[in-house]
Amino acid sequence: MAKALNDGLRKAMEDNPKVLLMGEDIGKLGGVFRVTDGLQKDFGEDRVIDAPLAESAIVGTAVGLAIRGFRPVCEIQFDGFVYPAFDQIVSQVAKLHNRSNGVYTMGLVIRIPFAGGIGAIEHHSESPEGYFSHTAGLRVVSPSNANDAYWMIQQAIAHDDPIIFCEPKCRYWEKADVDTTRAPRGLFEAALKREGSDVTLIAYGPSVKTALRAAEAAQKEGLSLEVIDARSISPMDFPVMAASVEKTGRFVVLHEALASASVSSEVVARLTEECFYSLRAPGVRVTGYHTPYPPSRVEEEFLPNVDRILDAVDRVMGYDE
Amino acid sequence: MVDSQLVQLLTPEGERVHDSDYDTQLSSGDVFGMYRDMVIIRRLCNEATSLQRQGQLALWAPLQGQEAAQIGAGRALDPMDFSFPSYREHGVAWCRGIPPINWLRLFRAVDLGGWDPYQYRHSVPTIVIGNQALNAVGYAMGIQRDGGKEATIVFFGDGATSQGDVNEAFVWASSFDAPVVFFVQNNQWAISEPTIKQTKIPLYLRAQGFGFPGIRVDGNDVLAVYEVTRRALANAREGGGPTLIEAFTYRMGAHTTSDDPTRYRVDAEVEAWKHRDPVERVKAFLVRGHKVTNKKLDAVSEEAEAMALQLRADLLAMPDPDPLSIFDHAYAAPHPYIEEGRRDMIELGVGGAK
Repeated sequence: MAKALNDGLRKAMEDNPKVLLMGEDIGKLGGVFRVTDGLQKDFGEDRVIDAPLAESAIVGTAVGLAIRGFRPVCEIQFDGFVYPAFDQIVSQVAKLHNRSNGVYTMGLVIRIPFAGGIGAIEHHSESPEGYFSHTAGLRVVSPSNANDAYWMIQQAIAHDDPIIFCEPKCRYWEKADVDTTRAPRGLFEAALKREGSDVTLIAYGPSVKTALRAAEAAQKEGLSLEVIDARSISPMDFPVMAASVEKTGRFVVLHEALASASVSSEVVARLTEECFYSLRAPGVRVTGYHTPYPPSRVEEEFLPNVDRILDAVDRVMGYDE
Repeated sequence: MVDSQLVQLLTPEGERVHDSDYDTQLSSGDVFGMYRDMVIIRRLCNEATSLQRQGQLALWAPLQGQEAAQIGAGRALDPMDFSFPSYREHGVAWCRGIPPINWLRLFRAVDLGGWDPYQYRHSVPTIVIGNQALNAVGYAMGIQRDGGKEATIVFFGDGATSQGDVNEAFVWASSFDAPVVFFVQNNQWAISEPTIKQTKIPLYLRAQGFGFPGIRVDGNDVLAVYEVTRRALANAREGGGPTLIEAFTYRMGAHTTSDDPTRYRVDAEVEAWKHRDPVERVKAFLVRGHKVTNKKLDAVSEEAEAMALQLRADLLAMPDPDPLSIFDHAYAAPHPYIEEGRRDMIELGVGGAK
């Protein structure tokens, strides 16, 4: 996936000379995850900007560059380091198009390697997508696989609204074919990853693969799970989710962020409202626990894993008994 | 209060002081023009304060005392330079040609901005203290990257110098040699907190630690502000990098109409600064140095009076926005949640749907 993102960034920079990359260690080093590997060599230091170590400034200057007509793509080195930039993101990035009555285009992308599962130390495994989903003016997306990563980063850069681009760092090293001829779907469209009839699993980013593994395991127990990759976290493609839940009557929502006032809260509320008469069980969530991200030696127990998902599936199936 | 490093071309009494580094080529006509600017914005600002007291504005941020700082800086700008204001820069907005009624849109709470920032080369107001410093540095980095020859200027106050964003902006501007001028109006008070709470050293000296020049100018001396700012902007355009200008001035009035400065500062201080009044200073200079007649001065006051009446009339005629307009620019591209909200409001029979 990291290579697919690198190719996608390269393509976006070739297509539009106004596209700039900025972030810490993204030049010679190619970023701590090598997502920008080789780009500074090919596009120069003016377009691949090694930033002084100040996240608020990375985003705050990107705002000024956008006002000047550029398309900045900011890299925040890790999820847990985005908070110094939170003020600029919420107060300026999200609001300036509106405050200028549509005159300013805040066509910038903020890439955040997010979520856990890589055995990291503190502040390197967080899932802050809910904060940004709660902010009007922003859009939040997360690819779950290499092909989506290649296309979604280009679609995000071309889009006129500011986009928080959450990259599941535990999937960076996964290999898959990329079809460079055609985008699979629109940036804000959900994808049906696996058809099933008993329960709908709704996931995004790192949790999609876990959901698919859970569906495999469930099949062995005679349960048919449908898996939806939300892809866009804000706005969410509720029509696709609702169509699935109308069919299955049951759904489970997954993410690594904790449950309280979260993306999954929104999914459960929406689908309960939209699919009320088709539901055979309440929507159930499998999320991180309401603790700070744990020491990673025990993250497997914290994250939505196959066992926890199957347990949730059993619970929603249990309402028929 | 005033140190020897202060650039001053006019004494508080309006006597011309010569400074070999900051000589001025301004004609008496130019100076008279700045006097006119200052009289007009003071009068308009006072009108806005009255309008707030009468319930016609939600809030107002008066600039009284800071007219020389804002007109001096505003008149130093080239037309293509881009300026980033906070929320008190009505004088700069005046210099940029923005109609005064537009300044009031934000404060009447009918708008979040008030003008087209590209048309006037003046960004929309920033209320979160110091955010705009980084935005300005980014804009200046853009100039470097698209071959532009303009400069950027950003306005903020003494309180903002404690913000992380302003300090980060100093680091970035320095590292990238960005064509930006940081213009801090040190008006001595960040609401109720004196500048000594924000800094133990004169603010202009901060620049040295970041690796670029800092200058303290008498912020109540429009000639000095103009010359210092003009040179800093020219230096930025020529690739000389950033400059920090500390305009040493005084907020004669309240922070905003919600503030009561009598709770935290003494009358004697305000009285002392009245002797340094920026408008009276340039007026004395014009009368004594250039034999400007009372008739000409009175004409400016009458013009300002007429503009204030017009501002009042325009404001009272200003309609509230259509509630449905809140959905127009929240996003640039279509968004399903926005469409839901719009439909909801229309179904409730609100606004333009009536």
